[in-house]
Amino acid sequence: MTEGTIHHRDTFLNNIAEKLGRERKLSVDRPLRQNQPQWAVYEGYTQDDLLAVFKKACEAIHTDVRETDAASLTQAIEDVITEKDGSIVIPKDPRFSSFGLEGMLARHNVHVWDVSLGQENIKRAEKAIYGITFSEKTLAESGTVVQYNDKDMARSISLLPENYIAIIPKSSLVPRMSQLTRDIHERVKAGEKVPTCVNLISGPSNSADIEMNLVVGVHGPVKAEYIVVTDL
Amino acid sequence: MGMKIGNHPFFDRVDEGINNSFMRHAVSSAQDRLRGKKLNVTVNDQDLGDWEEWRSAGEEIRRHTLENLDFYLGQLSDAVAERGGHVFFAETAEEANKYIQEVVGRKKAKNVVKAKSMVTEEIGLNEALEEAGCHVHETDLAEYILQIDDHDRPSHIVVPSLHKNKEQIRDAFRDKLGYEKTDKPEELAGFAREQLRQVFLDAEVGITGCNFAVAESGSVALVTNEGNANMVTTFPETQISVMGMERIVPTWEDLDVLVNLLCRSSVGQKMTSYITALTPGVKEDSVDGPKDFHLVIVDGGRSNALGTEFQSALHCIRCGACVNVCPIYRHIGGHAYGSIYQGPIGAVLSPILGGYEEYGELPYASSLCAACTETCPVKIPLHEHLIKHRQNYVAGQGRSKASERIAMKAFGIGAGSPSLFQMAAKSAPFVTKPFVKDDKIPKGLGPLKQWTETRDFPAPSKSNFRKWFEGHTKKGEAND
Repeated sequence: MTEGTIHHRDTFLNNIAEKLGRERKLSVDRPLRQNQPQWAVYEGYTQDDLLAVFKKACEAIHTDVRETDAASLTQAIEDVITEKDGSIVIPKDPRFSSFGLEGMLARHNVHVWDVSLGQENIKRAEKAIYGITFSEKTLAESGTVVQYNDKDMARSISLLPENYIAIIPKSSLVPRMSQLTRDIHERVKAGEKVPTCVNLISGPSNSADIEMNLVVGVHGPVKAEYIVVTDL
Repeated sequence: MGMKIGNHPFFDRVDEGINNSFMRHAVSSAQDRLRGKKLNVTVNDQDLGDWEEWRSAGEEIRRHTLENLDFYLGQLSDAVAERGGHVFFAETAEEANKYIQEVVGRKKAKNVVKAKSMVTEEIGLNEALEEAGCHVHETDLAEYILQIDDHDRPSHIVVPSLHKNKEQIRDAFRDKLGYEKTDKPEELAGFAREQLRQVFLDAEVGITGCNFAVAESGSVALVTNEGNANMVTTFPETQISVMGMERIVPTWEDLDVLVNLLCRSSVGQKMTSYITALTPGVKEDSVDGPKDFHLVIVDGGRSNALGTEFQSALHCIRCGACVNVCPIYRHIGGHAYGSIYQGPIGAVLSPILGGYEEYGELPYASSLCAACTETCPVKIPLHEHLIKHRQNYVAGQGRSKASERIAMKAFGIGAGSPSLFQMAAKSAPFVTKPFVKDDKIPKGLGPLKQWTETRDFPAPSKSNFRKWFEGHTKKGEAND
């Protein structure tokens, strides 16, 4: 199935137009938004300032933050992986080798996501203790990492293992969601396709559904750990 | 089961609620915690700037979107179809359910996993799926609890199981599923994780609601914490998302503002653990994403509000902030409303969607203190809508002659529910009363003065409820 379909659109939208007391609108001239408070938040902050904001936000979302430089990234990841025999799942992402992590990965039981292996990937991710991904953009205000999921950057990696580790280039820090969504908006306007899953992750999964008591770790990871690489 | 909850008359339900002191304690404690958390990340968050300006930004976006709803829904459906997704526009609950039944039938699906969705509750989708031979698994922890406990009904739009305590949840898990551990929330949630993990992996169809669809790219954004919505949209081969037709934003930039307002107003978080925007990608050839994507857009009575004085009720982003400040909800609880939409927004929305015949009494579940209007992150004038509903109801709109007797009873609210009347009359001049007793202010929120300085605190009523009531019963109308 490659082509989508649309059912019952005209009667539905004609009804809306009629209720609104006018003809169907086929284009909209949008006035400039009068209220845009989002751009003043952390305006003019340096990457160092944003890192401080980010670390503070992570305190509220039960997530540890470590700082390292690129040269020590291997060691920083080793420090986080306390279960040395635990298996690890990572996406097919050239950054793992360009950041010199191949040697470290070779020492562990690592599954690199490979679409040609089909469902086997999910079985491996389900058994993995750790899932590791890079953050594409990182939102200081809320302690949020961003994934653009596709066939190689699989959704399961940050979802199925009990522990999620995000590698965060310091240069990926932006003040808040506004900078991310402006970028996506500009790309959509330019005709680019938005990734099938844009996933903003802020710490481990949690719930307060039982008597409003916070439980950390429900269906997604129980623990999340962020490693900020200060010279990337 | 649909939007309606229970068959008892409204005022009987109110008295049941008021007399259930256990439930009332649970509700007031939840209200206090949610209010406190919201204040910390809204008016009291210095980094965010002026919360009022954020509310204005939200209102501006919602107003523009609803005024141009036909255009944006057209754009959304084009974008979804362009990426290989299927869009079905459903005027009624029946049409939506029939389409979804056909989809699961074609898939020969036996197991359906669902993320939390009020609109699927509204249209009674679970029953339709069961009728089609599917086993439906609710996976949001609160919805899971309700489903396990003999399909109990939601009592709050954000925390549907708010009326249950952990002992009741433990007992339900034990009796229905053989749970053997304690009533610790961690253990109860851990049990749900164990029980549902394989269910997610085996299900053929995943069903979600939609916090906001993004028109420009054909995306469905979900705002969640537990990770279950991600499971539901990652492993099943087919994704079906159901949205009320007003749950749409034009662009990703608008999504930013509304997600910010929603997370902070609903659960007091800067962002929930997951904000996930899903766009069909049936050609992508990935292992862990749906191959078949359906978006069902439901009117279900919403268009009744378009072009009327109630249009701004459709601006609602379902944060529940109005529920959390409502002194009436505090006293009668969620089930008394007889609708899956409770509190002030429920009393405004239910008559629009379901008519005055069924829900015309709900606008009386208010002391018109305006706390709801003050707290609404998109500035819906909720209490004004309640007054307008009362006017329409008293004027006989939507009622057959046979029901006028009941209507008069509703208007004679004292006869209908002495306890509601006393409570409302007592609370109206000082609606803050239930909140300001020393023992009820949550720790860390500071003295009374700070409370009263915040925008979130229920504002004094413009007109004392009883005076208003007396003044207008005589005239037989309700123009405030």
